[in-house]
Amino acid sequence: MSLQGKVALVTGASRGIGAAIADALAADGAVVIGTATSEAGAAAINERLAARGGAGRVLDVGQGGAIEALVEAIEKEFGAVAVLVNNAGITRDTLLMRMKDEDWDAIMDTNLKSVFKASKAVLRGMMKARSGRIINIASVVGVSGNPGQCNYAAAKAAIIGFSKSMAREVGSRGITVNCVAPGFIDTDMTRALPEAQREALVGQIALGRLGDAKDIADAVAFLASDRAAYITGQTLHVNGGMLMP
Amino acid sequence: MENIEARVKKIVAEQLGVNEAEVKNESSFVDDLGADSLDTVELVMALEEEFECEIPDEEAEKITSVQQAIDYVSAHLNK
Repeated sequence: MSLQGKVALVTGASRGIGAAIADALAADGAVVIGTATSEAGAAAINERLAARGGAGRVLDVGQGGAIEALVEAIEKEFGAVAVLVNNAGITRDTLLMRMKDEDWDAIMDTNLKSVFKASKAVLRGMMKARSGRIINIASVVGVSGNPGQCNYAAAKAAIIGFSKSMAREVGSRGITVNCVAPGFIDTDMTRALPEAQREALVGQIALGRLGDAKDIADAVAFLASDRAAYITGQTLHVNGGMLMP
Repeated sequence: MENIEARVKKIVAEQLGVNEAEVKNESSFVDDLGADSLDTVELVMALEEEFECEIPDEEAEKITSVQQAIDYVSAHLNK
């Protein structure tokens, strides 16, 4: 389809939302490079994507210089990155009163600093190409807030502000920067929540069900496509009506 | 040296979308050639590629005119 032959980099693609995004972009014709923190994860991604020209790579976004090295290697092997999806993320949920510095720093490094570094690393190629798509995976809690997630919500809200600023900086070069803010999606991350909390959350969703990773992937694929050429600096909320900002 | 001057001017003209004749040695990228801040960053990127060198950010900030670009490249290519 519309992404034929374009190189797409998806961080955190071994499972959950990232895996669904990698599959959706590959289905639209992109050469998808998906990253995972482990060798086994990267190998599994490789198996899924290789048939369509893509690959899996090991990337620990918190490790200094790792993102830059990966982007350079991708440019050599596959060509300049045309679509970047910053999806890699972790949670360290706890009440603020109990939150340790390490809980805060881990979230900021993995969920926020990685967005800055990866976006910067692909920017030179996109500037030269006079086109590019950066799609950052935010979260409904970055807008609504959520007890127990001060660190996570802060990082996700920061991603939205980052995206708006970057969109203004590089819009004149044909590069769009947007966020997709997932609501309550059925993944390993949300399966870790207590049953009572899950039920309470579903009660707040207008569509009355959890979202599927594919629901998010479809929104990302749209923003990555030519059909979204005039959309930038926006946050697309995909949450079944859980929050209507 | 003349060669460097000509190459720099060609890149400036290409990057900023101006006629090569307008690109004088004393031309300021922003004041005379209409560059914005992003243009100047891209210009430095283009110079780095043309002359296969890396221009550190603190040096790049000082390159605001055609002559300064020529001087920087000349000084660093002769090393």
